[in-house]
Amino acid sequence: MDFSLNDVQLMLADSIEKFITNNYDFEARQKSSGSTTGYSPDVWKTFAELGWTAVPFSEDDGGFGGGPVDMMVVMERFGRGLVVEPYLANVVLAGGVLKHAANDTQKSDWLAPLIAGELQATLAFVEPQSRYDISNIVTTARQDGDRWHITGNKAYVLNGGTADLLIIPARTAGKPGDHDGVSLFGIAGDVAGLSIRDYESVDGQRAAEVELNDVIVSADKLIGGVNNGYAALQAAIADATLAVSAEAIGIMSVLTEKTIEYCKSRVQFGVPISSFQALQHRMVEMYTACEQSRSLMMWAAMAIESGGAESETAIHALKYQVGKAGTRVGEEAVQLHGGMGVTWDLDVAHYFKRLTAINLMFGNADWHLDRLATVTET
Amino acid sequence: MNVTFSAGDLAFREEVRQFFATEFPGDILEKQRKAVPLTRDDVVRWHKKMYEKGWAAPNWPQELGGTGWSAVQKYIFADEQARVNAPPFLSFGVSMVGPIIYTYGSEAQKQRFLPEILQFNQWWCQGYSEPGAGSDLASLRTRADLDGDHYRVNGTKTWTTLGQFADWIFCLVRTNTDVSRRQEGISFLLIDMKQPGVSVKPIVLLDGEHEVNEVHFEDVKVPLENLVGEEGKGWTYGKVLLQHERTGIAGVAGSKYRLAQLKARAAQSIRGALPLANDQTFMRKIAAAEVELKALEYTELRTLASVASGKAPGPESSILKIAGTELRQTIDSLRMEASAYYALPYVRDQYTMDFPEDDRIGDGTETHAALTYFNDRKVSIFGGSNEIQKNIIAKHVLGL
Repeated sequence: MDFSLNDVQLMLADSIEKFITNNYDFEARQKSSGSTTGYSPDVWKTFAELGWTAVPFSEDDGGFGGGPVDMMVVMERFGRGLVVEPYLANVVLAGGVLKHAANDTQKSDWLAPLIAGELQATLAFVEPQSRYDISNIVTTARQDGDRWHITGNKAYVLNGGTADLLIIPARTAGKPGDHDGVSLFGIAGDVAGLSIRDYESVDGQRAAEVELNDVIVSADKLIGGVNNGYAALQAAIADATLAVSAEAIGIMSVLTEKTIEYCKSRVQFGVPISSFQALQHRMVEMYTACEQSRSLMMWAAMAIESGGAESETAIHALKYQVGKAGTRVGEEAVQLHGGMGVTWDLDVAHYFKRLTAINLMFGNADWHLDRLATVTET
Repeated sequence: MNVTFSAGDLAFREEVRQFFATEFPGDILEKQRKAVPLTRDDVVRWHKKMYEKGWAAPNWPQELGGTGWSAVQKYIFADEQARVNAPPFLSFGVSMVGPIIYTYGSEAQKQRFLPEILQFNQWWCQGYSEPGAGSDLASLRTRADLDGDHYRVNGTKTWTTLGQFADWIFCLVRTNTDVSRRQEGISFLLIDMKQPGVSVKPIVLLDGEHEVNEVHFEDVKVPLENLVGEEGKGWTYGKVLLQHERTGIAGVAGSKYRLAQLKARAAQSIRGALPLANDQTFMRKIAAAEVELKALEYTELRTLASVASGKAPGPESSILKIAGTELRQTIDSLRMEASAYYALPYVRDQYTMDFPEDDRIGDGTETHAALTYFNDRKVSIFGGSNEIQKNIIAKHVLGL
């Protein structure tokens, strides 16, 4: 039994921590966030140079061969740094589908440049009506000889405004909610029939509403087989759920530390407000929520890594816990910072907003608890 | 990062499982199953059984009769013990006063007391709290005045768990009132309860059980040789004791099997009703408790792994008592909800061995659920209330 990181993981953690300390302060983050792309191309290049974009891919695919624990290490540090660069969209979501389902040609066309930091990509896993059910796909793809015609709408397409490659899950058989009959297509960001309405989200990232109006793609852009793309989609979403959970835990820790620091320095009634028991106990609860979430994350990462029957339960449990604890920690951090906590200038508010956004994606706390309650029943 | 158990650990688990299946007194497990309270004799008997097996003191150094188990083995033992619903060790002797004696006691005290504790020839109880000193323990007023070759002890201790059965009590007493800090001038005394001036009065708890007592001392003579360590240093010893056993305090193993049992019960039809598992609201609460349990278990395992690798328990161990007791109470309330109307009959007399099982009101032990719920309100109060635990974390972990 061992809860420590191995040497490679420690080096990875160390390199990210160093980068954030030296090159990615809050001001730099805000600059990335406020730009038209929503991230800094220079920073992204650095991520690729340092090998971070290669973490979850096999060595055969030009990757680092990392597993869930490595992803946890990366995302927790990105959470601590409030990193806004589109790692989730590129590496975890688009990369996740490609590593699970792409053929060799597609890997060399898409995955290799993605890892090199030269291609921006995303996975359009949400539809306007789907909420958290990724099989609720209305978008259809119709075959016509060696071409496919895709029509439909996608929502919250992360990095959609700058993506060179959009991976589109579309229905080629069955009805919304079916797992069978889902096919995955890689389409270029500038293809005819595609309209992208790009926006900034509340957490300072960028996403898009995407409409596909008879978008035509050649058959070689089908990723995986016809009708059986769901497994790869589901695997990528599971990876992403673990990834944002780890990010959330990094954020929760920072918020707890910053709250403690602030309460120790803020003087009212002639004493630091950290001397008030009503506030002390709330900080203890924040700390407890962080540590319990961290324990659960370790379990989940190990359960997923071992690939056992617990994997699915672990994902639901972790995201439920992170949603519940994250909301609590985020709201408390703002409250304990008082008036300062509700200002745009203080980083605490932005950590809080990202934490809130994370609870709203890949299933919120209630959604995952319902899944657990149902799994429990069988 | 991994949580695999070694082949040796798995063999150990098998050995423990075999012990509980074949050697541990079956009638005691039967009582546990039927929620029948154990008698004094039962408790003595099964502790002696553990001694015969060489398993009486999982936490003691091996040369004193401890098991020499690793942190992982202790975890496995507790897990197996809870799996068959065997009673937990009575902590006052082996977990509390024993370590104080072998750490701070004189050679004569070690010779005299440790073998008796190990063999459960002496039943020990704890004399810390007083009517006027609960969370603020340092305000205790029981006095021990030097009088020739002995102390003369006067005062009252309270919440003395199973004091009605005890032979000995270890006490924090005030030996000096002229001190700058109240934590000074407190001494650690071992007091024989079978002597004039010691009286034990029952306190009945809200479930009707006589579990705790008030212990009164009136001019009780305690020989000087029963002072542990230095006079006036008792507070320090008592504090070390509190840090002695952090894991296990979470009660993970017990909660795990109580929750599993509840879940199994929820899947059954009781008296022809739809299984409770059809109620999504209830199952959501079960699922939430399972997540809490998993988080707690892994927080404990993190602590164990840290100790096993020769390091001190990490700061996360400080949350075990709070999180563990809250979870236990959550599971209690879910069990009570599962019983619904059948939580209401207050029929303690049916929880005896000679009560015909067919005449019992309710199915199995379901009418025990409310009693457990009421009784377990204590767990967030004793051993330093959860509010005191939060004060400790605020000060020592968060530096507030």
